[in-house]
Amino acid sequence: MTKALLALEDGTCFSGRAFAGSGEVYGELVFNTSMTGYQEILTDPSYHGQIVTLTYPLIGNYGINDEDIESWKPHAAGLVVNEASRTRSNWRSTKSLADYLIENQILGVDHVDTRAVTLHIRSRGAMKCVISTTDLDRDSLFAKAKSSPGLVGRDLSSEVSTPDAYDWPKDDANYRIAVLDCGIKRNQLRMMADRGIAARVFSNSASADDILAAKPDGFFISNGPGDPDAVPHVLTTIRDLVAHGLPTFGICFGHQLLALAHGGTTYKLKFGHRGANQPVKNLETGLIEITSQNHGFCVDKDSLDSATLETTHINLNDGTSEGLRHKQQPMFSVQYHPEAAPGPHDAAYLFDQFILLMGAQGA
Amino acid sequence: MPKRTDIKKIMLIGSGPIVIGQACEFDYSGTQACKALREEGYEVILINSNPATIMTDPDVADRTYVEPITAAAVRKIIEIERPDALLPTLGGQTGLNTALEVAEDGTLDEFGVELIGAKVDVIKRAEDRELFKEAMREAGLECLKSERVNNLDRAREVAEELGFPVIVRPSYTLGGTGGGTAYNMEELERIAAGGLKASRVHEVLLEESALGWKEFEMEVVRDRNDNCVIICSIENLDPMGVHTGDSITVAPTQTLTDAEYQKMRDWSIAVLRVIGVDTGGSNVQFAIHPETGRMVVIEMNPRVSRSSALASKATGYPIAKIAAKLAVGYTLDELPNDITRDTPASFEPTIDYCVVKVPRFAFEKFPGADPKLGVSMKSVGETMAIGRNFREAVQKAFRGLEIGVAGLDLRAEDLVNKPEIESELRRTDTDRHFNVKYALKHGYTMERIAELTKIDPWFVDQFAQIVELEKRLIEASALNVDLLREAKESGFSDRQIAALRGGKVTELDIRRERLALGVKPVYRLVDTCAGEFEAYTPYFYSSYADKDESRPSDKPKIMILGSGPNRIGQGIEFDYCCVHTVQALRELGFETIMVNSNPETVSTDYDTADKLYFEPLTFEDVMNIYENEQPLGVIVQMGGQTPLNLANSLMKAGVPILGTSPESIDRAEDRKHCRALLEKLGLKQPESDTALTVEGALAVARRIGYPVMVRPSYVLGGRAMMVAYKDEDIEPFVRAALKVSPGFPVLLDRYLEGAIEVDADCVCDGKQVYVGGVMQHIEAAGIHSGDSACCVPPHSLSPEMVKRIEQAVSEIALELNVKGVMNTQWAVAGDELYVIEINPRASRTVPYVSKASGVPLVKLAAKIASGKTFDDIGYPKPPRPMEWYAVKEAVFPFNRFSGVDPILGPEMKSTGEVMGMDASFEIAYWKSQIAAGQNLPTEGTVFLSAKDADKSWMVEIGRQLVELGFGLASTTGTAAALQEAGLPVRVLKKLAEKESPNIMDLMRDGEVQMIINTPSGPTARVDEVKIRSETILRGIPIITTEPGARASLAAIRTVREHGWTVKALQDYFA
Repeated sequence: MTKALLALEDGTCFSGRAFAGSGEVYGELVFNTSMTGYQEILTDPSYHGQIVTLTYPLIGNYGINDEDIESWKPHAAGLVVNEASRTRSNWRSTKSLADYLIENQILGVDHVDTRAVTLHIRSRGAMKCVISTTDLDRDSLFAKAKSSPGLVGRDLSSEVSTPDAYDWPKDDANYRIAVLDCGIKRNQLRMMADRGIAARVFSNSASADDILAAKPDGFFISNGPGDPDAVPHVLTTIRDLVAHGLPTFGICFGHQLLALAHGGTTYKLKFGHRGANQPVKNLETGLIEITSQNHGFCVDKDSLDSATLETTHINLNDGTSEGLRHKQQPMFSVQYHPEAAPGPHDAAYLFDQFILLMGAQGA
Repeated sequence: MPKRTDIKKIMLIGSGPIVIGQACEFDYSGTQACKALREEGYEVILINSNPATIMTDPDVADRTYVEPITAAAVRKIIEIERPDALLPTLGGQTGLNTALEVAEDGTLDEFGVELIGAKVDVIKRAEDRELFKEAMREAGLECLKSERVNNLDRAREVAEELGFPVIVRPSYTLGGTGGGTAYNMEELERIAAGGLKASRVHEVLLEESALGWKEFEMEVVRDRNDNCVIICSIENLDPMGVHTGDSITVAPTQTLTDAEYQKMRDWSIAVLRVIGVDTGGSNVQFAIHPETGRMVVIEMNPRVSRSSALASKATGYPIAKIAAKLAVGYTLDELPNDITRDTPASFEPTIDYCVVKVPRFAFEKFPGADPKLGVSMKSVGETMAIGRNFREAVQKAFRGLEIGVAGLDLRAEDLVNKPEIESELRRTDTDRHFNVKYALKHGYTMERIAELTKIDPWFVDQFAQIVELEKRLIEASALNVDLLREAKESGFSDRQIAALRGGKVTELDIRRERLALGVKPVYRLVDTCAGEFEAYTPYFYSSYADKDESRPSDKPKIMILGSGPNRIGQGIEFDYCCVHTVQALRELGFETIMVNSNPETVSTDYDTADKLYFEPLTFEDVMNIYENEQPLGVIVQMGGQTPLNLANSLMKAGVPILGTSPESIDRAEDRKHCRALLEKLGLKQPESDTALTVEGALAVARRIGYPVMVRPSYVLGGRAMMVAYKDEDIEPFVRAALKVSPGFPVLLDRYLEGAIEVDADCVCDGKQVYVGGVMQHIEAAGIHSGDSACCVPPHSLSPEMVKRIEQAVSEIALELNVKGVMNTQWAVAGDELYVIEINPRASRTVPYVSKASGVPLVKLAAKIASGKTFDDIGYPKPPRPMEWYAVKEAVFPFNRFSGVDPILGPEMKSTGEVMGMDASFEIAYWKSQIAAGQNLPTEGTVFLSAKDADKSWMVEIGRQLVELGFGLASTTGTAAALQEAGLPVRVLKKLAEKESPNIMDLMRDGEVQMIINTPSGPTARVDEVKIRSETILRGIPIITTEPGARASLAAIRTVREHGWTVKALQDYFA
């Protein structure tokens, strides 16, 4: 096995070995605490530009299957694990994790003390990082890590958004929606379809007119990677559509964009929320949802104009914004991932809520 | 929603004695619940018959009733205490069943007691197979397909639809007798025909079989707002068909994708909702077909369980504590996560390690029992280990099991039946994992092994990796740092590596080499959140990685070694001692460091000691922690044999052993040294010797003088010992013994005819001695002290003799310079006093005698071990002289081992104990019997059967029974004796006569309420074993000794005349 080094911009270095691929990659180093779901995590476009450390130490056990994919390819710049399983066992498995990563030219390293990595990020924050199997000189790697582009101010969403609009069809659909693809996870579309919604998916560069031309019943803004402040052109589209009275639902990046479009601000969390066990309180019902999350940026809930926006959900761990609602317009959004994949299904009701909103508007 | 203020007093039912399937985990959860409820200001009333529990310590609940856990006792307590609510979900199946009884007999309604946590209909829906399936159908969740049929034709049709194998369960038969698994139509016809015949209603249930499927468990917690969280998922390494208590289990699941895991999560929550569990923890079990992925719900428990204890220890989430708080109205978001402090309990723990639990068995204690594992649990204990990978965790678990292996080592392979390996792989017996390893080394492919064992290929590959590394460790010319580190990362112990290196390499050599190469473990936190938040609770496991998180302090600290997995002879009593030691040392201001590997225990609650290291109790693991923490010393006298076995090697490695020195321990335990000691003190010992031949035995017997007690090294079929009065008695017995276990000596002791056995526990600081209690056994000498009922204070010894014993105990303690606790065993024959055994350490009886007398012996002993004297801590003054009797009775697992003769002998067989307390000895004895499940009748028919030597006392018992209005039944021999004495007796046919009515008919028809039956001779006859095991199966009280019969009769008489009352421990000591 090839030796690999993981160098962080603050001068910390972890060693490991490449279990898939070789070469050198850079990205923001983050950790995800889900114990299952590495395939969904890898294929989530929100990880574009990031190197993902999985805190669960045994990865690859159930291989890769043909169904649990969230986009057309894996997006993470690299995968860091404690131990990649050399066998795979599951009735749905079609290939091994290593083969999958190699096929997609993603560097996978294991034999890394991932808990040490996690504790480091927890105390110092997510940071830029380089993994290399070719350059094992620490000083050289630190320099590369430092000079690599970070996430702040970077429009990564446009890099993963679909260039051309396409349809996610549904027979006998009750509703047709327009989806703004900022880096969408397919399960959002699957769950819409399960509920009788057909979707037309637009590039995040689409204008309000492009979208309105499709005469949608509702408007949905997906998750996506990067800094929400770096896509001002999208904000205009969003503002126009909301003002038009189109029932609107946003998830994750979509939530951040809706807040920004209505005068709110976002900031970067120290190390983000990435996992499948985040408790969220629905302030309207008082109930708790265990949610799937993946975000490094966050809406400042104190920045919201209380005349137009209202916080509907908060994170019980740190009190941060998890959901908001427009007071005049049919619009709501959540920071977390009701489509799960991976993660619990507690928040699936939000898709039904979107339908209710469209129903109310149509009636 | 805040806690409820409309309830003030809450009653809790404990789980009673330790039995297979219900062990320390309920002391752990019950203690947590008591503490949690009192923390909230509720008054807690507790019933539990088990004196060796922490929960029955008088300061844990407000009112503690050590009484039999029966509906009648609960009613009496409710009458006195008038609780507002009853919380039934923390005392295992016993707690749930008893709560159900008092709910259904109207007691709860009569006294206005509310059932909280789970209502009656919920318990029923969860427990009743039919209602459960109906509820699952309602919720759209799949169960195994099944159908009831009442004729063979329909049975054939249904079996065809279900596909083979098919499980046949006759309706309304005892313990599923007459059922079975049919693999083809021919077998189905045979089994179904038998089952239909056996069924009282001529009906059998045919169910599709999930044998060999993958098995999973989910631990769920729900609050009154319907918030549900999954605390832990568990994957069984062993397939469906092996009881989960007997399986190796792993947390979290290893082979499910997120989609599959989330479906299981959804279903788990749906199960709780449809069953209607209001609040608290539940466990839901699933089976998944390994090829199709079809998932079915198997069952659920609407209460905390063994699995929830495991889940709590595996994740750091205290399920029982949270469940108790939810039961009084809190919601999950209102409760903090203790470990992270800043985040709430309304989350799902995520872990960044692998947890493996391995069961421990005790088949060696039950010769004749079938070691095949099945749907009825047979393991007596378990050990848990945490590692960064499965291999590390499973090897740690195996070396923590204390079965003579240092991991999945070479010795483990000695146990393999090599020529039969192919069929062995198909069998689910206790050695199956060693078989897998052996097969991997002998040409079996992983696929083939997975196919034969139904163990998931992922796990088989983990074993294969161990085998491959083992090979490299054998073949490497020298151990280099990389190889050594790799081995340690895969959980190889120093001892295991030494054995692989061969020659004269010892564990210490490897240790030295390893430390020289800088290969040392680091300690990692169990933090519920995979490192996402800062954790404040110092709960650690070892691993080989870079970053250490253990933060040793510079406070004065003491390390306490626990007792490891439960086994027969070493169970909850020693955990009680360890917990008390921690409590006492904390009182003195020491930082306490607990080391243990048993997930069921209170000692491994992260709340118990200042620091918890969840590690195997081996020299290597303990030394590593010692070197990391540098405590003042280690306490080994409280955890039973486990830590004691380490004492010498630890001492040699320079570890200070606190309290009584290992030399003193040796002086007491070594035969020769002990004899010298007793001679010095002028104390007698019964003469004894061993022999390897019949001639030798005769010579010894003649030298010692008859009568002698003869014991084989291993227990024989019917009887494990006999008393020989003359040469002729010895010969056949010894011949049989030597035949069964050739090469093992026969032990001959002078038999002290009619001697009374006595236990005495004391605490000594080297200068003064406090004798905590003198316990008089009920059964005669020769029955293992752990299996014998006993009474404190002695119910029939003279005060002078008690004084003499106390005096002798003091002399021994002082001579041995005991610094801590000491147990001694004695035999009193007339005026003569004999020493049987000296154990300068905590014994099984310490918790019982402490609880009975109100003096916490272990706490005193622990303080002394830490360097204090009685002058420092105060010589104990009992709260008041004991004006009551406390009888301890042992509880046996015979019902788990069908066909095993339930006879007592010198080999300990009991798994647990109960205590009965009362002002009268007879009632205390009666309570102890009821608590132990021996339901002494007050009317009805008693079957008597005795060998000739026992007939005279049996006749006397018969007379007393007739006086009390009982009917008698007997077979010809005993009947003749009874009739001769003028007693009316119903004469039954002997089983061998194959005619009715015989005793089996009477038992089946409920016409006999008690059986008094003594073993017939050196080897029990087939029919008497049959009778005795049938009584166990049917739960009919059985008495096999004269003292037992006498005490039981006296108890029945007294209870009939005077009735019985309950009294709280706090009132005894008020």
